[in-house]
Amino acid sequence: MTPRRKKRLLLVLLMIFGVSSATALALKAFDQNMMFFYSPTEINAGKAPENRDFRIGGLVVQGSVVRSEKSLMVKFDLTDTKEVITVQYAGILPDLFREGQGIIARGQLNDGVINAVEVLAKHDENYMPPEIADAVATAKEAN
Amino acid sequence: MIPEIGHIALIIALVMAVVQASLPMIGAQQRKLEWINLASPLARGQFLFVAVAYGCLTYSFIVNDFSVRYVASTSNTALPLLYKVSGVWGAHEGSLLLWALLLSAWTVVVSLFSRGIPLLILARVLSVMGMISIGFISFMLFTSNPFVRLFPAPMDGRSLNPLLQDFGLAIHPPMLYMGYVGFSVAFAFSIAAMIDGKLDAAWARWVRPWTNIAWVFMTLGIALGSWWAYYELGWGGWWFWDPVENASLMPWLVGTALIHSLAVTEKRAAFKSWTVLLAIFSFSLSLLGTFLVRSGVLTSVHAFTTDPARGLYILVFLVLVIGGSLALYAWRAPSLRSIGQFSAISRETGLLLNNVVLVAMAGSVLLGTIYPLALDALGVGKISVGPPYFNQIMVPLGVPLFLAMGLGLTLRWKKDSTSRLSKKAIIPMGLALLIAILLPLLFAPEQHGLTFIGLILASWVALAAMIWLLNQGRSPFKLPASTWGAVIAHIGMAVTVTGITLTSIYSLEKDVRLAPNEQYSLGDYQFKLIGVQKVQRDNYVAYQGTVEASERGEQAMLMHPEKRTYLSQSRPMTEAAIDPGLFRDLFVALGEPLGKGAWSLRIYHKPFVRWIWLGALFMALGGLMAALDKRYRRLSSRVEVTV
Repeated sequence: MTPRRKKRLLLVLLMIFGVSSATALALKAFDQNMMFFYSPTEINAGKAPENRDFRIGGLVVQGSVVRSEKSLMVKFDLTDTKEVITVQYAGILPDLFREGQGIIARGQLNDGVINAVEVLAKHDENYMPPEIADAVATAKEAN
Repeated sequence: MIPEIGHIALIIALVMAVVQASLPMIGAQQRKLEWINLASPLARGQFLFVAVAYGCLTYSFIVNDFSVRYVASTSNTALPLLYKVSGVWGAHEGSLLLWALLLSAWTVVVSLFSRGIPLLILARVLSVMGMISIGFISFMLFTSNPFVRLFPAPMDGRSLNPLLQDFGLAIHPPMLYMGYVGFSVAFAFSIAAMIDGKLDAAWARWVRPWTNIAWVFMTLGIALGSWWAYYELGWGGWWFWDPVENASLMPWLVGTALIHSLAVTEKRAAFKSWTVLLAIFSFSLSLLGTFLVRSGVLTSVHAFTTDPARGLYILVFLVLVIGGSLALYAWRAPSLRSIGQFSAISRETGLLLNNVVLVAMAGSVLLGTIYPLALDALGVGKISVGPPYFNQIMVPLGVPLFLAMGLGLTLRWKKDSTSRLSKKAIIPMGLALLIAILLPLLFAPEQHGLTFIGLILASWVALAAMIWLLNQGRSPFKLPASTWGAVIAHIGMAVTVTGITLTSIYSLEKDVRLAPNEQYSLGDYQFKLIGVQKVQRDNYVAYQGTVEASERGEQAMLMHPEKRTYLSQSRPMTEAAIDPGLFRDLFVALGEPLGKGAWSLRIYHKPFVRWIWLGALFMALGGLMAALDKRYRRLSSRVEVTV
């Protein structure tokens, strides 16, 4: 091997090393931070993971929103029209949060209650996030 | 009548694009001068007709012609004139038209500033740009026609989301599109070079200014989007790793790699096929970005099932552009031989590292953006990856990137020595070390490992650039514009990194419940809610809060966050009160009424957040200066004389 080729080989090896470590990094981060989406029915069937964030979507049950008197803690029920699950959250709810609206929450499941760290209600008043529409449709089919 | 004129103009433009794409290309192969000479006039004609179509659509917006379906669905009579004009690109169809307009405008500009470029190459470049134009115009005509009529015409259009009625957001898409479309120039030049089988320093000098200008627009566009999200969305964040944002970040990352790779191609006749590949990818990602954001696929992958023609068209178009150019690449790239040799320690290696890291970053963003969409489309499951994924990748990839960035300017082409480099590096590195240790000790509320890393990298990059400028052996004011451009852009990146580091680590963010005259301390600041009143304005009613903010009990200042409800809307909108500063922003937003006059409030203290966008301004200025360097113009005038 000529010295020039040796140098080139070294460069190529370095690049391969760099790219593969970046790939490993990406896949590991991806695996750690991947979040699945579950409907209330799936959660009550015990499908949701423990000690790991996931996303849940559903309609806020009418009359279920309860606020704390002293803190920002708020509790509400979510439904996919079949099963119901309670979510609690300490923070400011988004502008579009209403009873009867579709929302998505991110959090973990503890003792049958979702402890949410984020509550999202995007889009305009006529729009239902596709995940929730799907969950509701699936629940209706099962009925 | 006017919409029909627009429609016909668009059809004529398509015909011209077809001729522009085919005849000059064939003429260049068969050396038919008359066909070659058609390229520039056709490009101008096409621009004229697309501009007429665009003008017609704008006119329909201004006169509230709701018989045009697109106008009815994106505008209404209550909209101020400015937002009617910007409403043209407010949704899918119109933004495609804006794309086509900018593309034909870029094509004309390329044909105007082409005096130094051989006719054969120019004909091929304009032909490739014509092909892209065919893609966009026929997409509009066949699946997304903005001129389709609506019967019966409604009395008024749909009310527009008030969030979108904002000057920053109105000019954000054209900026970004200028960048997206600009990368088509580098793409077209690459295709032409592959067909030609020749890619030399002159080629790189033609491509570099165009790529720089495109990159400048993208940088500004992304920064504008980030700034808008910060002050308007009411969340106080500046980057959310949302797919919409990622769509613009990916071409920017690859475009940044392209700018640097082009330098090697110009100066050292190396990295040739790599440069071509980057040009292909930056443009492909621009296309992907446009379609991701505007086709509705992000709000729901099922948007495609409701309109399968659109989805199919996009897929076929992407496959043709990416697949076609990669096939040409596989066939022709071996003929683009790189002759410049370089040793393991050289500027070439530094730029190689820059390229590998930037492409790895773009790849990771692509994975995190596309993979969940693909899974959902296949019906496998609904997953999402949040910001932690992206942060976990960007931070470790950024460290080698910024280390190399500081050395990069100092490194010599072809071969450099470790001893010379370490001598050069010791002063900036020492100073950077001092800054990274002392500043947090003196000013920061608490010490953090990541602060050290961020500050040392940023000050290393900035100091290395400044010291390099001073060591050029000439008065800095006699140095070429591109030298200044590189230094300013590197310092800009350092400013942005400083902003990102300090904001991410030292921001204090709190959601609190405050009754009137109740007080909350956040760091050195006290926030006291005076009260919330209902106020009536022209087109909205609002709850207006009055919050007294003071630093360590002094300097009381009143802030007025609002919760507005626009008359045409039922949803409320949060209008945060921001007290901006070079070193810190105070940010107060109203949450919800909690009864008995108490409100939930969102209170932020964000140190150095402005530096993120300030750095982007520097980067854009640097890119502009590099593009305007005399040597690009000198070259064209010299060739002009010999012709």
